[in-house]
Amino acid sequence: MMRTSLTVRNVTKQFSGQTAVNDVSFSLEPGERVALLGHNGAGKTTLFKMILGFLKRDRGEIEVLGDLPGSDGARKHMAYLPESVAFSNVLRGREVLAFYARLKGVAQAEVGPLLERVGLAEAANRRVATYSKGMRQRLGLAQALIGQPKLVLLDEPTSGLDPISRQNVYDLIAEIAGQGTSVLMSSHALTELAPRTDRILILSKGTLVADDSLTGLRAKAGLPIKLKVWTRPGAAPEVAATLGSKQMNGRSVDIDCRLDEKIPLLSAIGALGPLVEDVEVHAPGLDDIYRHFSETVHKGA
Amino acid sequence: MLSRILAIAMQELRIGIRNRWIVLATAILAVFSLALALLGSAPAGTLGVDRLTITVASLSSLSVYLVPLIALILAFDAVCGEIERGTLLMTFSCPLSRSEFLFGKALGHSLVLLIALGVGYGVTAGFMILSGAGSIAGLVDFLRLIATSVLLGQCFIAVGYMLSCLTRQSVTAAAAAIATWLVLVVLYDLALLGALVANPEGVFASSIFPYALLLNPADSFRLFNLAALGASDLVGGMAGVAETLPFSPTSALVSLAMFAGFAMSGSLLLIRRIAP
Repeated sequence: MMRTSLTVRNVTKQFSGQTAVNDVSFSLEPGERVALLGHNGAGKTTLFKMILGFLKRDRGEIEVLGDLPGSDGARKHMAYLPESVAFSNVLRGREVLAFYARLKGVAQAEVGPLLERVGLAEAANRRVATYSKGMRQRLGLAQALIGQPKLVLLDEPTSGLDPISRQNVYDLIAEIAGQGTSVLMSSHALTELAPRTDRILILSKGTLVADDSLTGLRAKAGLPIKLKVWTRPGAAPEVAATLGSKQMNGRSVDIDCRLDEKIPLLSAIGALGPLVEDVEVHAPGLDDIYRHFSETVHKGA
Repeated sequence: MLSRILAIAMQELRIGIRNRWIVLATAILAVFSLALALLGSAPAGTLGVDRLTITVASLSSLSVYLVPLIALILAFDAVCGEIERGTLLMTFSCPLSRSEFLFGKALGHSLVLLIALGVGYGVTAGFMILSGAGSIAGLVDFLRLIATSVLLGQCFIAVGYMLSCLTRQSVTAAAAAIATWLVLVVLYDLALLGALVANPEGVFASSIFPYALLLNPADSFRLFNLAALGASDLVGGMAGVAETLPFSPTSALVSLAMFAGFAMSGSLLLIRRIAP
């Protein structure tokens, strides 16, 4: 049986009276891709720094690959990509990777293939100063992949990247997760990460408010599906009355419904025949779900 | 352990070469030392002392000012600069101890200094030997000067690390480094001299002043080098003190090494408390 990659139990951290991380618990299994979401200042980076052993926690326990955070045993098999890294501009891409390979005690022979894997083979002998933002981020990612770590922490790995670079990053993450590496990545937008993760953690003001798959979150949020029915001119009141809606807007009728009501409602609309010209169905978006979870807690607090 | 220290040292050396730091430091040392050698060698003929030795005496006064400055500029950015760039987070997430990190930096920066001193002063030595002004004895003095300059540099490199650990921003660290240089290298001597001039026969002159010199690495360096040259009668001034000291000039060398050791231990303690 493979052991849990990361266990965080009831971890609390305060900075001069302000609670940055409040009683957070979760765990990561081998090969799992987990997104840690939260607004700026929600405690994501603080949590990462505690997992890395840079910050001491006030309460709770953290176990990294069966070791204490920050111990040599833990650091040997984990890797970290900070939110913003500025490598020395005068170094070449290959030299940066070779340096980190030496620090991690990994053979230099790994450097070449790794550069190829992140698509920097051709730029390997150019100075970092000439790299685009996406290339720098991929270089940072390559650093986090040296020596096949068992746990990888990525702090906002896709922020500021164009869609294609972002896609490359996701592909790489999927690839290493396929090889059994657990990946914990943070972001401040659900839309950036959700489709490519196994599980989503939402941190709001230091408290963990959700820990579920995207489908699970969708169900728990119970947000209504919105239907917009376009009618023939003048038919809106009749259509609204038939469908039991009070929201009319000239030539269209708005209806909110639950997932299980959607199909009956659609067939009812179909039965209206020539009165209806078109139907639009809006499932709740990722941002709606994210807002739902982070705002419920704010109201409760 | 050694491979990680070497990895950091080599990276530091590479950066030093690429960003022209070494070139700049070497050029400054070469220009100043050549100027001193050419201007300062004029009166030496009548004294019958090796001209290279005279030059070494002038160069040790040059080292007192330039080496601490170069060392502090190399070192002030070592910790807080890496925090600002985010690379320290990355480096410390590797299985590497904080002391390995700092020893690697110190080794790399010492090498940068050694290269700058070796080439910069070497140009002057080569020039003098080629012009028929040098001898083997003078060359030994020269090597001693370079070796002790590196030791002096290490004192200030370690002080630079301490400043770098204590400040969160490299701008603040840079200001602190310049202030430290001013106090330890310039103002300290002025204050001592002032006190000495005010009361040349008092308790201060006989029993406090010599030890006050030992406490400051810049003064220890000057004391040891001038005493070793036996050149105090040539250079005069503060160097004349060497003969009236209540201890042997070797203590100055020991004191220099101890300062480097203490400053390095201090920076090792400070870096353990850093949360990158």
